[in-house]
Amino acid sequence: MLNSGISVLFEGVNLERLLLGLLVTLRVALIAVVISIVMGILIGIIRTSKSKLVQILFKLYLELFRIIPILVWLFVIYYVIPANFDLNLSAEVVALIVFSLWGAAEMSDIVRGAIISLPKHQTESSKALGLSVSQMYRYVLIPQATKRCIPPMINLITRMIKTTALLTMIGVVEVIKVGQQIIEVNNLEHPTISFWIYGFVFFLYFVICFPLSRFSRKLERKWAT
Amino acid sequence: MTFDWQYIVDVLPHYKTALWLTLKLATIGIAFAIIVGMICSIIQYFKVKVLSQIVQVYLEVARNTPLLIQLFFLYYGLPKIGITLSGELCGIIGLTFLGGSYMAEAFRAGMEAVTKSQIETGKAIGLSNLQLMRYVIIPQAFSYSVPGFGANCIFLLKETSVFSGIAILELTNTTKNLMGIFYKTNEALLMLVVGYLIILLPLTLFLTWLERRVRHAEFGN
Repeated sequence: MLNSGISVLFEGVNLERLLLGLLVTLRVALIAVVISIVMGILIGIIRTSKSKLVQILFKLYLELFRIIPILVWLFVIYYVIPANFDLNLSAEVVALIVFSLWGAAEMSDIVRGAIISLPKHQTESSKALGLSVSQMYRYVLIPQATKRCIPPMINLITRMIKTTALLTMIGVVEVIKVGQQIIEVNNLEHPTISFWIYGFVFFLYFVICFPLSRFSRKLERKWAT
Repeated sequence: MTFDWQYIVDVLPHYKTALWLTLKLATIGIAFAIIVGMICSIIQYFKVKVLSQIVQVYLEVARNTPLLIQLFFLYYGLPKIGITLSGELCGIIGLTFLGGSYMAEAFRAGMEAVTKSQIETGKAIGLSNLQLMRYVIIPQAFSYSVPGFGANCIFLLKETSVFSGIAILELTNTTKNLMGIFYKTNEALLMLVVGYLIILLPLTLFLTWLERRVRHAEFGN
């Protein structure tokens, strides 16, 4: 009885389809991560500026993504933009936009935190040595800040991968959606199928996220001073 | 972008119900999550045999999987092997399962922040392990972990939006339904955002205030 469900997993192309679905999930996550790291570093450096206006503007941007759930952002972009601006966005593009904006906001906070947590004398001594601003960042601040950034950044990447599960709610055909399709086809013949499929997807997410979070903890311990 | 304000007034009662349901589920889930988290971190603190290994596995599984999949598994998977739970119960269990692991992390950090001298002094005046926990470690650890708890509360409240995947009529799902019936997307989504702001803005302010208030329990203040 219980076994009939698990056998479907390995029947025909089911497993292959699930893994292809997982690729869609990971593709969105990967592109969004790359965009948000690049944007996050830029915004993070901008946010260390002394200008109050810059600080408030970017703080507002960060808080908007912190306070409003990502699922709501996905819905807002997915439904509001096509309806009001005559612009057709596929669900995957919407997901990329939301995840990049959110990721960039969170990354910028990590980068900014790392830079301002560096002791003040680092900046002062590099100025005393006559380094230009770009040299100061290039040779003094960024190398030191990188070590403090990487563990929280990996944590954020794990969070972003986990959050991609929400893509199924705006109709991206990723791993969960494929799982649901397989369930719908086989549900009558194999009633336990949903237990196994959802269990398997659960396992897939775990297999991806667990090594990442282990890795970040290891780095954190290694670089702790 | 135009808004039909009359429509917003008409659907207001739906949002009110949904808002209360969101708050109710989140409150229950968060309360259980704090309890589970504290128990887990105390087990790990004393390195109880077997139990602490089980807790470790639980923490890793809960932290490294998305809530949506946890809920799907509870709501659609478990009935097939004979365990049927209502949607709301699934939501609470899922939130507790996920939240427990985050709260455990926050409380563990709090317990580690309690200085060694405190514990040694407690032992020196002859407190039993249980008394040491009850009168020395937990009160201080709790005040240290309030910021962590607060951040987790906001995180878990936001996660309730995922409940819309398992047919619980909370804010997000109500919005989805209303959009499906009336096609008034702008209005429905505006109300959705406003709904979350109504819950989360006061909570954020309250937590900032609370953080300052509980500082008095810390040693040296």
